[in-house]
Amino acid sequence: MRGLDEQIQEIKSDSLRMSAELSQLEEKLLYPSGTQVAIFVAVAKGDTMRLDAVRLQIDGQLVAHYIYSAKELQALRKGGVQRIYVGNVATGDHKLDVLVDGKLEGGADFSRTGQFTFRKEVKPRLVGLTLAGPRSGNTPITLGDW
Amino acid sequence: MRATRQLIGLVLVLGLAARPATCGDLKDLYFGEALYHAYQGQYFDALQRLDTELAQYHVLDEPKLDTLHYHINDAEFSVGDFELDYRMHQRAGRAIKAVLEGAVDEAVRNEAAFRLARIHFQKGQLDDALQALARIKGPVPEEIKGDLEFLRANVYMATGQPGEAVKVLSQLRSNERLAGFVAYNLSIALLQDGRTQEAIEQLDKAGQLPADDPATLAIRDKSNLVLGTMLFESGNFERARQSLDRVHLEGPFSNQALLRAGWAEASAQQYDRALVPWNILVGREPTDAAVQEVILAVPHAYASLKLHGRAALLYGRALELFSNQIERVDASIRSIREGQFLNALIREESREDETWVIRLRNLPDAPETYYLMELMASHDFQTALHNYLDLEDLRSRFIAWKTSLDAFDDIIRLRGQNYEPLLPEVDAQFRALDSRIRLRLEQRKHLAERLQAILTAPRPGYLATAEEQIAGERIALIEKRLGNSNDPESLALRQRAVRLRGALTWRLETEYNDRLTAAYVHLNELKAPLDALTRQYDAFVGTRQAATHSYVGYDVQIARLRERVGDALQRVDMLIARQGHMIETVAINQLEARRERLAVQQTEARFGVADSYDRAARAPSDAGGQ
Repeated sequence: MRGLDEQIQEIKSDSLRMSAELSQLEEKLLYPSGTQVAIFVAVAKGDTMRLDAVRLQIDGQLVAHYIYSAKELQALRKGGVQRIYVGNVATGDHKLDVLVDGKLEGGADFSRTGQFTFRKEVKPRLVGLTLAGPRSGNTPITLGDW
Repeated sequence: MRATRQLIGLVLVLGLAARPATCGDLKDLYFGEALYHAYQGQYFDALQRLDTELAQYHVLDEPKLDTLHYHINDAEFSVGDFELDYRMHQRAGRAIKAVLEGAVDEAVRNEAAFRLARIHFQKGQLDDALQALARIKGPVPEEIKGDLEFLRANVYMATGQPGEAVKVLSQLRSNERLAGFVAYNLSIALLQDGRTQEAIEQLDKAGQLPADDPATLAIRDKSNLVLGTMLFESGNFERARQSLDRVHLEGPFSNQALLRAGWAEASAQQYDRALVPWNILVGREPTDAAVQEVILAVPHAYASLKLHGRAALLYGRALELFSNQIERVDASIRSIREGQFLNALIREESREDETWVIRLRNLPDAPETYYLMELMASHDFQTALHNYLDLEDLRSRFIAWKTSLDAFDDIIRLRGQNYEPLLPEVDAQFRALDSRIRLRLEQRKHLAERLQAILTAPRPGYLATAEEQIAGERIALIEKRLGNSNDPESLALRQRAVRLRGALTWRLETEYNDRLTAAYVHLNELKAPLDALTRQYDAFVGTRQAATHSYVGYDVQIARLRERVGDALQRVDMLIARQGHMIETVAINQLEARRERLAVQQTEARFGVADSYDRAARAPSDAGGQ
């Protein structure tokens, strides 16, 4: 029994190492740093809105349309950050359109849009979006720079 | 005391459950991503993300400039928590030890020691847990003070020092968050310390705690059940009944409480009163052990009340029920042997939330789970089961990775096919352009140097136009041709040449400042196109390198990874088979034990039927019951 448990822990360790190596390989092959852009989504601290979906367009092209499960929303509310999109763009300025659909505490639907510009340099570009409900008093969509 | 010991089981350690270290304002997106996975129970992804981040952080020349630096202690603590949650006890604690050994302030070191002690405690390494706790000196972060003392008490109890645990827990009674856990554990510590009367009083208090959440309510119910059982076993039936009556009727301990409340009454010969809780219990889920016990206890009570006809009828029903249940258990054992149990456990839709084990019993085509709720709720079984599910998850990942590696091979092959015919021509064109670009850059550099030089030693001639330079050269040629001849014509021409040179020199000298300024302006105007050219040049060099890097140099790495994944897939298949077999064996053993118990109960019911009919026949006035 103990031997089996140890073997399971060992294969978990090996798998984590392989997974890290595969992620690096994937990044090098598919998203090289010169063109890599990663977009993250977070929910403003203490916000109670129910986030239903987020849609992203880069330079007019739809790149992500994500619908959230209750579990994912809970993880966002607790302070987790979702990497919603990883892709490639050329160096220079790019337009980012964000559409957020959600529900208020009372069940009413709401929808917010935001338009931003971000600049891609030679290093990987991380773009953080912080979302807030209409009643929170915060800006609905904020673009952070990392 | 057997029932009491069974009920007490382990002390409550739920209060020690690790919570991922959360932080104020998040500065590192990848740390936030690890938390996002962890909050959803995706510990593999959380660990992979955080391991990578920490590995990168620890090789940085200036880690203080990295965004993870703001969360580094939380990140190290979280790795330990995630490893424990992912049942990797061997690895858990490494990152926390690194914090302990690093240059951190006392409060952080103390938190690290607390977390390490908690890991040791959960791993069953009690001496190590005590050692880690002994390292805590000086300030302790306010938010962990209660948890720290609760852990200390648990370690004392686990190491056979209940007296010390009592001292620690007594000090913790004012902690509102841990109130239920402290109240219950304090009573168990008192009991272990041989202070039975104090333990009873403490259980009585724990059983009457105000409860507005399911956890505290469950603790209160458990306290009342343990207290009721203790009092029942000591013959104090009235007080036992009072305590058992306080157990919530819908809670997880209600079946046991109803059963024991009935026995408390029956032991006091109050069979009619015993029937009140038992008749509530008898209609509940018939696979529950308490319900099965009461199915025999109810006719026994009627028989004791001399209602033999009624008793005979109920014994008859019990006999039928036990026969059906034995068939059901046999079907479950067969089903498990056919692999259905494991199939039911790995159903995706059944694992959507934390209550999935409970919902399993409601699955119409999973009879094998009906008798296993108690087993499935046990910590050891849960660990074994989660490990099985982890292995299944790893297997899916390995298969996906194999597919990814094949796709990477394809990408590399296609990129090679695309670039290899193009690159030689591109390289040749680039070489030609490269030499032209370098020439222009050199020229600009040379001009800049000359301008710099004439700032300190003015040389108007350097700023002459091409026309002026030609004119100067022609004048010099004329002067050379005229030589030193003194004939009048030559003298006149020489004077004209001198005037012309004078005019040229005048122009160069008088326009020198303007020309120098204009030269600087023109040189600066060159900067923008040359900068653009340099950027284009660098971009080309980067793109050219990226083109090669996009398909060269991966073969060995991919081949090695493919081999490792293939090997891991074989290992995981073997481990799944072994882990699955172990789970099935434990489940079958459990079912066989239940079958034996059911067979005994069946015999008792059979005897009860015969005996009751016999007694009913001898007392005809009671025949048929009421």
